[in-house]
Amino acid sequence: MKKNPILRETSHLLIPAILLFALYVQFHGDYGPGGGFQAGVIFASAIILYALLHGVKRAEQVVSLNLAKTCAACGLLLYAGVGVFGILWGGNYLDFNVLAHDPIHGQHWGILLIELGVGLTVASVVLAIFYAFTKFKK
Amino acid sequence: MGGMYSLISAILFVVLDAVDVAFTEAAVGAGISTVLFLSAFSITGKHHELKRKSHLPALLIVLTTGAALIYSTLDMPAFSDPQAPIHQHVAPHYIEESYAEIGVPNLVTSVLASYRSFDTLGEVTVVFTALIAVLLLLGAIRENEE
Repeated sequence: MKKNPILRETSHLLIPAILLFALYVQFHGDYGPGGGFQAGVIFASAIILYALLHGVKRAEQVVSLNLAKTCAACGLLLYAGVGVFGILWGGNYLDFNVLAHDPIHGQHWGILLIELGVGLTVASVVLAIFYAFTKFKK
Repeated sequence: MGGMYSLISAILFVVLDAVDVAFTEAAVGAGISTVLFLSAFSITGKHHELKRKSHLPALLIVLTTGAALIYSTLDMPAFSDPQAPIHQHVAPHYIEESYAEIGVPNLVTSVLASYRSFDTLGEVTVVFTALIAVLLLLGAIRENEE
């Protein structure tokens, strides 16, 4: 896409804004619309936009397929692990009330952590599926 | 076409005050799935041999299932009926108590992440399984052809 300066320059302006917006949606999901799922998709779409404009090879230098696979597993493990922490701290599985000194704080921590897990998994899964499609050669 | 449909339904969800759903629809439906469809089209062939062969049992099964589903909708409460069970069961509890119990202003987040966190764990597992399935399918085809 070297011949298309308009697209290239616009994407250079937009991609950081999209990444920042994804983080805002991720960590502001408690207060406004959004959450891990939407944030993950927006984050992945920024990198997909980069891959569409500069080629998958350059995008893979930023986030490789193996990193995406690892992150997908880590996100799911983080989610499930928060549940196990609930048991260790004396509650039920995925019980956030016991995670901190009072229930409200525990709920905040639990929701923040599992939303992070959701976001990590969704972003890496969407990105990895995109890589799998584009790298596939008949 | 799919992207346009998703964008219009996202606007419709905003009008209905369901901003969280609208957000998801705009990001996933209008953004990601269009890109994924295009990249899937790029690895499929342009032509496909159609096998014109009617399959009577399949038609019968589809018609019976469809008729049963339509018949079961007759028992459902009227559209936007405030007395419907879905508005009477746990929804009032979520609306009135969730801020005191969870302390999160966004009701959708507290229902999804706290009250129904098992459900969301299942959803994340489904997303992860989809990745494994895609990687297995595309990888397996490549190995066979080598």
